[in-house]
Amino acid sequence: MVLVFADSHRGQFKKAALEAVTYGRKSADIMGGECVALTLGPVNDAGVLGTYGAHKVVNIPDSSLEHLDGQVYASVIADVARQHGAKLVVLSHTSTGKAVAGRLAVKLDAGIASGINSLPTLNGGAVKVSKSVFSGKAIAEYELSGNVNVVTLMGNAVKPETIGSPVSVENQSVTVPPSRIRVKSSRTQEGIVPLPEAEIVVSAGRGMKDPSNWGIVEDLAGELGATTACSRPVADSHWRPHHEHVGQTGIAIRPNLYIAIGISGAIQHLAGVNNSKTIVVINKDPEAPFFKAADYGVVGDLFEVVPRLTEAIRKFKS
Amino acid sequence: MKFLVCISQTPDTTAKISFNAEGSEFNAAGVQFIMNPYDEWYALVRACEIREALGGTVVALNVGPASNETTIRKALAIGADEAVRINADPKSAAYTAKQIAEYAASGNFDIIFFGKETIDYNGAETGAMVAEHLGMPYIANASKLDLNGTVASLEREIEGGVEELEVDLPFVLSAAKGMAEQRIPNMRGIMTARTKPLTEVQPCAFDDKTRATRFTLPPAKAGVKLVDPANMDELVRLLHEEAKVLS
Ligand SMILES: Cc1cc2nc3c(=O)[nH]c(=O)nc-3n(C[C@H](O)[C@H](O)[C@H](O)COP(=O)(O)OP(=O)(O)OC[C@H]3O[C@@H](n4cnc5c(N)ncnc54)[C@H](O)[C@@H]3O)c2cc1C
Ligand SMILES: Nc1ncnc2c1ncn2[C@@H]1O[C@H](COP(=O)(O)O)[C@@H](O)[C@H]1O
Repeated sequence: MVLVFADSHRGQFKKAALEAVTYGRKSADIMGGECVALTLGPVNDAGVLGTYGAHKVVNIPDSSLEHLDGQVYASVIADVARQHGAKLVVLSHTSTGKAVAGRLAVKLDAGIASGINSLPTLNGGAVKVSKSVFSGKAIAEYELSGNVNVVTLMGNAVKPETIGSPVSVENQSVTVPPSRIRVKSSRTQEGIVPLPEAEIVVSAGRGMKDPSNWGIVEDLAGELGATTACSRPVADSHWRPHHEHVGQTGIAIRPNLYIAIGISGAIQHLAGVNNSKTIVVINKDPEAPFFKAADYGVVGDLFEVVPRLTEAIRKFKS
Repeated sequence: MKFLVCISQTPDTTAKISFNAEGSEFNAAGVQFIMNPYDEWYALVRACEIREALGGTVVALNVGPASNETTIRKALAIGADEAVRINADPKSAAYTAKQIAEYAASGNFDIIFFGKETIDYNGAETGAMVAEHLGMPYIANASKLDLNGTVASLEREIEGGVEELEVDLPFVLSAAKGMAEQRIPNMRGIMTARTKPLTEVQPCAFDDKTRATRFTLPPAKAGVKLVDPANMDELVRLLHEEAKVLS
């Protein structure tokens, strides 16, 4: 049996949760047994997880589970995993998954691999999975030999697929230990797809010259329904907010399309983006190192090229 | 106050990554190693800042072979008061976490600091495991930390946002950007680092259920296709028809 923890935010499922459910179903098809999706706290319409592949959906409706406490989540998920005799527990490689997965592995005496991007293969009693390491410069295969194993799934590694149909939701009660973390406030930017989940990212660097020039980047992003990002010096000089900083010291992303504008492509920047499926680089310097990592390149002045690209996309969309 | 900062050593980002012929071992020849940036810039510096303001001790801990001592000395030069090296070649985060927890269990630490992840294996697992071994709360991806008596207030990064929270000591955290600014060790720091205590501890046994079995290099990129800057319709066509990332 494969147990998937489908994380929700204010009662809604994130894309990462749907990816995890589809992954869990495909893993169950390989390993045998059912795919059970677990949701914590009050959620809307958890039955939809059946559509993405879950055979069964279990909800622990306890409202104290609304805020993340890895200690509490791990305790609850471990209980459910034991009750169902799970062989594999799947979480998303998100801030929630990272706070929980390690704890869960210790509790269950499990093998663990995080940020994986492949379906499991079986090797005797063990499970093999792979992930990208050294910031995308290598691939590692892991063998997990616990009676139960834990994996966290990298964002955008599998697509959520509608391979099942809605199921009814079973409420289950387990002991929810009290949380020792007191959440005071929670601020999220509504209406923007967070960078780690974004399928298209438009990113700009020092080549923009001045923060007042960002309008052309935002226009392009708006036309594409993309999330905006930036290089480190741009965030460091407060041209853009820190949460937009991608790279080795910022966040690592792997969108389907990454458009880099006026970014030289330093290795520390590439470390956070070179797992993107397709990379477009716009730079006036034909020697910019980023072109070596790009799929498509435009050598030209960004102040002319970017508005032209925005216009071409507008034409294409209409 | 007593703080433990877990530091790892990683290849420099610019290092060429290669493996032995079987793909079973990382090839360290000619590779420059550094302290993992999250551990150094954010976790260690913030621990030292708090110690400077409130008093106490900062202990830097590494699980690794004797060849890591240059990196450990750097932690002392930046400001840790003492260091511990658990003499082992860590093969997995689970193994490392067990060693750290075993050491920390009797240390009476108020806060145990981690970096948000290592830049080599990108696990982001170790801190959570140590917290579970010790039965302590764990705040992952903390971007701000202040202490008020025995209560800590923190900010943590969540997908697309930030949360403010409080937790009582002792607890475990992993540090992300925002928590502190990089510190370059000064001459005095480097000199005193030589005389600060660096203790070697032997590892405990652990039945590891996780094993990295093989490393490979990703297939090389096909090479960049250049598009005429005057013809952005062509780029849109390629993204739609060839790359299939626009619809
Ligand atoms: C330990 C460490 C960690 C780091 N971590 C990160 C990280 O996480 N993320 C990160 O991004 N960086 C990181 N860096 C910094 C990195 O090394 C580079 O300095 C940085 O990425 C450069 O940013 P940039 O490309 O925006 O600026 P630049 O390198 O200045 O590049 C600007 C580019 O814009 C182009 N340009 C200028 N004008 C135009 C125009 N009109 N039209 C078109 N193109 C134009 C130029 O040709 C140039 O290629 C790190 C560095 C270190 C040492
Ligand atoms: N060998 C090690 N010795 C000490 N601390 C470590 C070691 N490996 C990892 N850590 C700590 O655990 C954090 C997360 O590592 P990881 O789970 O491998 O991404 C790092 O940022 C360090 O703080």
